[in-house]
Amino acid sequence: MKAMSDTTKGWLLASPLTLILVVFLIAPIVMIAVVSFWTATEWSIVPAFSLENYQFLFGSDVTYRVFFNTFKYAAITWAITLVIGFTVAWYLAFHIRSLPVQIALFLLCTIPFWTSNIIRMISWIPFLGRNGLANNMLISMGVVDEPVEWLLYSDFSVILAFVHLYTLFMVVPIFNTMMRIDRSLLEAARDAGASGFQILTNVVLPLTKPGIMIGSIFVITLVMGDFITVRFMSGSQSANVGRLISNDIALLQYPSAAATAVVLLVTVLITIGILLRLVDIRKEL
Amino acid sequence: MRTGHDLELVHVTKRYPNGAVAVDNVSHLFQAGSYVCLLGPSGCGKSSTLRMIAGHETVSDGAILLSNRDVSALPPAKRGTAMMFQSYALFPHLTVRDNVAFSLKMKGVDRSTRDKRAMELLELVDMQRHQDRLPDQLSGGQQQRVALARALITDPQVLLLDEPLSALDPFLRIRMRTELKKLQRELGITFIHVTHGQDEALALADEIVVMNNAVIEQAGPARDVWMRPRSEFVARFMGGHNVIDLAGGKAAIRADAVRIGTQGQSATVINVEYQGAHVALATKMGESDILALIPEAEFFENPKNPGESVFLTWDEGRLHRLQA
Repeated sequence: MKAMSDTTKGWLLASPLTLILVVFLIAPIVMIAVVSFWTATEWSIVPAFSLENYQFLFGSDVTYRVFFNTFKYAAITWAITLVIGFTVAWYLAFHIRSLPVQIALFLLCTIPFWTSNIIRMISWIPFLGRNGLANNMLISMGVVDEPVEWLLYSDFSVILAFVHLYTLFMVVPIFNTMMRIDRSLLEAARDAGASGFQILTNVVLPLTKPGIMIGSIFVITLVMGDFITVRFMSGSQSANVGRLISNDIALLQYPSAAATAVVLLVTVLITIGILLRLVDIRKEL
Repeated sequence: MRTGHDLELVHVTKRYPNGAVAVDNVSHLFQAGSYVCLLGPSGCGKSSTLRMIAGHETVSDGAILLSNRDVSALPPAKRGTAMMFQSYALFPHLTVRDNVAFSLKMKGVDRSTRDKRAMELLELVDMQRHQDRLPDQLSGGQQQRVALARALITDPQVLLLDEPLSALDPFLRIRMRTELKKLQRELGITFIHVTHGQDEALALADEIVVMNNAVIEQAGPARDVWMRPRSEFVARFMGGHNVIDLAGGKAAIRADAVRIGTQGQSATVINVEYQGAHVALATKMGESDILALIPEAEFFENPKNPGESVFLTWDEGRLHRLQA
């Protein structure tokens, strides 16, 4: 057999992955983009080029409200998971001195992931409900006289569930970057007279930025693409873009759903693009 | 002679929670303005001693006095010491100038003042051209100069150097140690330099403090320690000495005092190593290994090969009795 040239070999070696990405990533996205320009009636989908879906989307007040809501969830969840994630990672990385304990505590953080997302989410419902544990406790402690209504089926419960589901995605990359910080840097900072807070802001935070950025991308994309959490935890009283799409699909309005999906995809990509502009994460990967 | 800025360790002990004793009841006076090397094998307690002086380890027992003030409970930056770390510990996200100015920034000094001061120090170590670089754009020697400048910007009375030359290649090591010594002379402050290399200690130190097993084995001027090792450990660790058993105890004889003669102690040549000015002859004399450094010319008048029997002689007056 004639020896293959290096170029041919390279292409062959890269082809399985390329094939998988084309079939499972590129093709579906192209399909969605194509379908988003089709039109639909109550009973049929018409494959004709039309801007009708986008015109409707951008012409509707609902779209802007729902997108705003999606960004609001993303921003609040991001802020809370960042604070919690950073604190947990800081504790694990800098306060726990022994590696076995570090690993044990880290695994402890992942235990909630042994059950499905939906179950973890739903388990909040009996806790937060009108006659749930939280309300019973508050009443018996005398903090409130009658059940607090906003605990469940509210923005509060949606964000609570998001934070519960996604904080670990913030902890892991931040912990990972923190573990790579040379401990002598902290000593050098202390030697130079930095207080604990100054070490945090002048040394740890700047050096943890790539981890924070990766965690932020995880959380933001997950929250922006989510629909089930918002549906369950808001009791169908709030909407985000994911729910808009799922409603369209339920009504078999695939072209309209596809158009919304394209707009969401572009929005998320722009958001990530902006984040990547702020911090260079390449050396972290 | 005691002056204002002496550093004194008074019965200092470092015990770790697991019971290990890293430094055991050590007392020593470091004279102001001297270049002192803490010398010893790894695990001898020299680094712990340095880190206690710096304030990065707590003192279990005893006191550390600087300028007659007990600093052992003060945070590192309040002691009048500054430390240069083994791997330099430069902040990778800050430019050379910002690294040097770091401690001033922590004190809240405004930007233009601290930049000006940082530039003065960068000039001192001849790094002003690289002020805008990041640490990973610098060579090892350059990083060390920046680390020096950063430590010196706090105007310390004592500069603590934790194996400062170990990260450099041998050629650079010799150049940087000349610079360290020159800098110390110019600044006139105390340098305490931890090392496990006796050649480094001999080259640099006004005073050598040899540590082993958590205690000071011997301290004194470099030449004293070299010429008159107190114990077998010091004699062996400083190198260039042979330790032999005599009737009244052990004695050290310098390798360059051992000669090959026509009579004397019989020994077998194990290895011959040409070292330029000298030829190192490793021999076995009974149970003990004896190293003889023979001047090159003398050796080649009458060369020996491994396996040959020789007679070793030395001047009795050059035998140095060891106390332990």
